[in-house]
Amino acid sequence: MMIPCPHCGDRDVSEFRYGGDASKQRPAHGTGDLKAWHDYVFLFENPKGPHTEYWQHVLGCRRWFKLARNTATNEIGGVVS
Amino acid sequence: MSKHYSALALARHALDPGMPWPKAWESPEPKSSYDVVIVGGGGHGLATAYYLAKNHGITNVAVIERSYIGSGNVGRNTTLIRSNYMIGGNTAFFEHSLKLWEGLSHDLNFNCMVSQRGQIVLAISPVQMDVFARRGNIMRLNGIDAELLDAGEVRKLLPYLDYSKDARWPIHGAIMQPRAGTVRHDAVAWGYARAASALGVHIIENCEVTGFVINDGKVSGVETPRGRINAGKVGIAVAGHTSHVASMAGLKLPVESHILQAFVTEPIKPIVDHVVSWGAELFYLSQSDKGGLVFGGHIDGFNTYTQRGQFNRIQTVAECAVSLMPFISRLRLLRHWGGIQDMTPDGSPFICRTPVKNLYLNGGWCYQGFKATPASGWTYAHTIAHDQEHELVRDFALDRFEKGRELDEFGLGNWTYKQ
Repeated sequence: MMIPCPHCGDRDVSEFRYGGDASKQRPAHGTGDLKAWHDYVFLFENPKGPHTEYWQHVLGCRRWFKLARNTATNEIGGVVS
Repeated sequence: MSKHYSALALARHALDPGMPWPKAWESPEPKSSYDVVIVGGGGHGLATAYYLAKNHGITNVAVIERSYIGSGNVGRNTTLIRSNYMIGGNTAFFEHSLKLWEGLSHDLNFNCMVSQRGQIVLAISPVQMDVFARRGNIMRLNGIDAELLDAGEVRKLLPYLDYSKDARWPIHGAIMQPRAGTVRHDAVAWGYARAASALGVHIIENCEVTGFVINDGKVSGVETPRGRINAGKVGIAVAGHTSHVASMAGLKLPVESHILQAFVTEPIKPIVDHVVSWGAELFYLSQSDKGGLVFGGHIDGFNTYTQRGQFNRIQTVAECAVSLMPFISRLRLLRHWGGIQDMTPDGSPFICRTPVKNLYLNGGWCYQGFKATPASGWTYAHTIAHDQEHELVRDFALDRFEKGRELDEFGLGNWTYKQ
């Protein structure tokens, strides 16, 4: 799988680190509701289809970015701003 | 026609080639209603149906499988069985599983080719030997067999590994579970399907569950392309696709679907007599009856439902293999394949009730799914029959992350990419 790094261009997946679902909303700082934190940390949408996710070009420019990928096919939709 | 498999039946069929063996399991038309419907005809689903009928007398059961029996992860794993677990919630469960494996062929009247060849986990440092000693002691306190081997004993058992001073990771010793080994995985699916069918369970293949019938927080059936099937209770057993199926019941779970690859080389003469695991990297191997070396490694590392693995994982696994056994560097990989598994944040499974009444969950299986098959079916059948978790799976609960009761045996959950 080739991943389009916004800085370096198309590079092999082995150069990247996966960072998980980018659509999750982190509870506000200081939120005392433990259920909200549990859901944020432990629950996953895990869709079979379109997914927006974080990647880091860890063996390259080390930039973090959001990527659209289809989890049913691994088809890359491109970088999401 | 011999229903029961035996040496006598084999002789009778050999003498009369015109006499066909009966189909191993029936393919009935689905009824409109069952006491229990199991979603997913993999190893765990079939084992659950079998133990529902055998242990609890509940025979009005259907197993609904979207493809054919044996098409999923039960036929995609590396066939290992072992019970070298250390954490309270795991030890007794996996030991129960290993005990069921030991009698499974007789119980099912189906040769599952259970081969207790022993598993040897290699230590690459003195510190790792200390860790293994602790694991071994805890296992032995739980009545599970474990032996600590020093470097000389390892060399006697596994003379083909690289013990030279140039070895990338020196071998300091190992921990061995002599009762661990391998099982023919397809036979497990076929054996459970045949035995369950003989007890009256309906096995319905090529029929995908497309929805649940839920009213007032209570499930009463499933939707399929062949119509609605009513059910008193519904059990999910679709590891790999648990999120996907559970979302149809409105459940959001601590599960991500990841691909785990497996590999087999071209066949060579018998050399690897055990299951060998490595302490340097998550890597293990065994030799199949056909002679191929079977390798396993780590997950690819990002959630996906495609069964196509990434090349960098193939490379890592091949490097591990050659690092341990330089003499196989020119051996070719014959096949590699991927299976989709449920990764949970702590790498441990769920066998429990769900917030939906009469809907039960068996999922979250990742590395340990195949070896757990008999105990998973045994305890899940109990959980469904009694609407109460079996005592061996009380810690495999959905709310364990809320309560701070994670079962992080190896640190192998989907956290790995977050570290």
